[in-house]
Amino acid sequence: MSNLIKLNGETASIVENEWTCVNLPASQAEQRVQAGKVVLFKLTGEKSVTDEQIATAVIPATGKVIVPLSVFIARKNSLESRINAGEIGVWLDTHEVLEQLIEHQADLNVLLIIAVHVERFADGRIFSLGTLLRSRYGFKNELRAFGDVLKDQLFFLKRSGFTSFLIRADRSAEDALASLHDFSQPYQGAVDEPQPIFKRYHRTA
Amino acid sequence: MYKYDQIDQQIVDERVAQYRDQTRRYLAGELSEDEFRPLRLQNGLYIQRYAPMLRIAVPYGMLSSRQLHKLADIAAKYDKDYGHFSTRQNLQLNWPKLEDVPDILAELATVEMHAIQTSGNCIRNITTDQFAGIAPDEVIDPRAMAEIMRQWSTFHPEFALLPRKFKIAVSGTKQDRAVIQAHDIGMEFYTDSSGKLAIKVWVGGGLGRTPILGSVIREHLDWQHALTYCEAIIRVYNLHGRRDNIYKARIKILVKALGIDEFKNQVEAEWAFLKDAPNTITEAELARVGQHFEDMPYDALQAHEASFDAAVASNPAFAAWVKRCVHAHKTAGYRAVTLSLKPHGSAPGDATSAQMHTVADLAESYSFSELRVSHEQNLILADVKLSDLLAVWEKARANGLATPNIGLLTDIICCPGGDFCSLANAKSIPIALAIQAQFDNLDYLHDIGDIELNISGCMNACGHHHVGHIGILGVDKDSAEFYQVSIGGKQGNDASIGAVIGPSFAADEMPSVIQKLIDVYIKERTDEERFIDTVRRLGVAPFKAHVYAKDTNEATA
Repeated sequence: MSNLIKLNGETASIVENEWTCVNLPASQAEQRVQAGKVVLFKLTGEKSVTDEQIATAVIPATGKVIVPLSVFIARKNSLESRINAGEIGVWLDTHEVLEQLIEHQADLNVLLIIAVHVERFADGRIFSLGTLLRSRYGFKNELRAFGDVLKDQLFFLKRSGFTSFLIRADRSAEDALASLHDFSQPYQGAVDEPQPIFKRYHRTA
Repeated sequence: MYKYDQIDQQIVDERVAQYRDQTRRYLAGELSEDEFRPLRLQNGLYIQRYAPMLRIAVPYGMLSSRQLHKLADIAAKYDKDYGHFSTRQNLQLNWPKLEDVPDILAELATVEMHAIQTSGNCIRNITTDQFAGIAPDEVIDPRAMAEIMRQWSTFHPEFALLPRKFKIAVSGTKQDRAVIQAHDIGMEFYTDSSGKLAIKVWVGGGLGRTPILGSVIREHLDWQHALTYCEAIIRVYNLHGRRDNIYKARIKILVKALGIDEFKNQVEAEWAFLKDAPNTITEAELARVGQHFEDMPYDALQAHEASFDAAVASNPAFAAWVKRCVHAHKTAGYRAVTLSLKPHGSAPGDATSAQMHTVADLAESYSFSELRVSHEQNLILADVKLSDLLAVWEKARANGLATPNIGLLTDIICCPGGDFCSLANAKSIPIALAIQAQFDNLDYLHDIGDIELNISGCMNACGHHHVGHIGILGVDKDSAEFYQVSIGGKQGNDASIGAVIGPSFAADEMPSVIQKLIDVYIKERTDEERFIDTVRRLGVAPFKAHVYAKDTNEATA
């Protein structure tokens, strides 16, 4: 059973996942401690991928694949024909910097999918990344959230421009669906509805 | 005050349903502790030392009588018959049951109230001056903008999970009463040289573990851009704030690390894209919301009232209350009244259900059925006729709400501390009570004069100890409760962070430590000097010397 929710306009449904996600080979990252606690979030812009990981990442030879941003940048030449064929998407982590993607791929809409991986649901950078991809960089195709994606953040993800949601494997996508409509009339403008309530309705005092 | 339309009501109703489902899933084991925590926090529910604590939002401190009656009923039905007004102008219930919270929220929704974003790493309740709209020194009534910002910040999708909590205060007076420099964003509304409403924007202030006063990021911002400019600031913070270390996660650390100039550059670069975006506020929206905050239908009254003057002249107790608890009003014949929630011997900021009903009744009878909560944890009737003051005082006094100590030493700002809060290093309420007992003499308190004493039970600084003229901070020393004392902190335009006077004290030493600080002040003050002025003139040294002087009698005892 697929755990992927996809929005089509206002309609959300559970669909099969056509894309294969390429993961980076495991690295031996040291556990860091700050203020007596294990660090759970990487700093924005922090280098987290080694050259070896990039070089050894296995990209399936055929089919639709989403590759890590670092791999996309480093191995773009070898992927060129598949990129043009619409077989390559890109995923990035919440601590990665969008400008790096833009620098190497000026026209984002060549990519049929961009995915953002959220390691921990409490990492709200994902919302700014979605917002920027849509409103600043004009990305129009599928924008996917994956990783620690849970029902209670779906409404915010949708409003931040995400159109597909790979719900964490141990949770039911069926249960999560309803949360896309937790609120029927949000106050502020955001990606999915740019106009704030006071420009959508004539509100009387 | 602002009244909900269908859209506002629908949002709080949908919130109740959402939170009811979240609670159900948690109790059914479908949500883990870690998953439920941010959800309940963003709804104001903490799991405390002995019980959960529910923080109910009082947007910019405004309440109607109907709302306060409801809060009193909720405290009686779901809690131990009392509530605690906080330094963010909110109301906290100390003993609700986790499984009752959805029902409490449903009851709150019937009076246009909620607990949305009263905690958690999101934009919190926006606070302002308790005398907004009626203060004689006010330039701009900030409440319409505060309400517009409340709506904008409610479930703002991009800022739902920030690195850390985010507090905004707004003010429209020359003399700041909203501590805007101690906020993540502070907005000072003013009229610019062309006669238009403008905003001076401060950023990166905050108390807590690392107290820092805010820096001015923009001297002049047209009011229409308030929301988009905040979005630019918070986006930079959301992307670059220190998520790796909870103690360095507030925006103040980012501003400090980058320097205000670089931070401003990044914000302005971001804002270049956001300026004039749809969230730009329209004249029509400001006018619509502004209608809710128009002047009350005041009677045309004389500036003086003979019966009031006679009562002041003949009744010293009433006169003492008038001196401390009655404040100037922009309209002739009207005054604002502070009802003290600091009677000596009970927890500062606490009100029983009966007291809440009394205050709600007083507001109904004498103040257009509205009232405010101050960040100093008192309740305010903003629009009382001079001729009604005596009646208000009599009823307030009969209900323990007329202690004439506003602005005096026993008007202590105090967090719930170790008696309730699981974050606290030490208890704070017993220290407040002991100090109130030490200074339980009104004549003496009046002689000491204006002074602010603030107590926090830990470095999170809910009791604003850094900006108290005297600040007390609970610390943990080898698992024992000790108290660090600072002096010279101040809120307002000339805000400052207090300086620690030296090694900390045991709880039972605290009344005498405060006494010694006061003794130095009494001895050294010039005629017009308040405590804070003397501290600023002399510095910490003479106070420190006296507090830590070896007491020969004690040494030999």
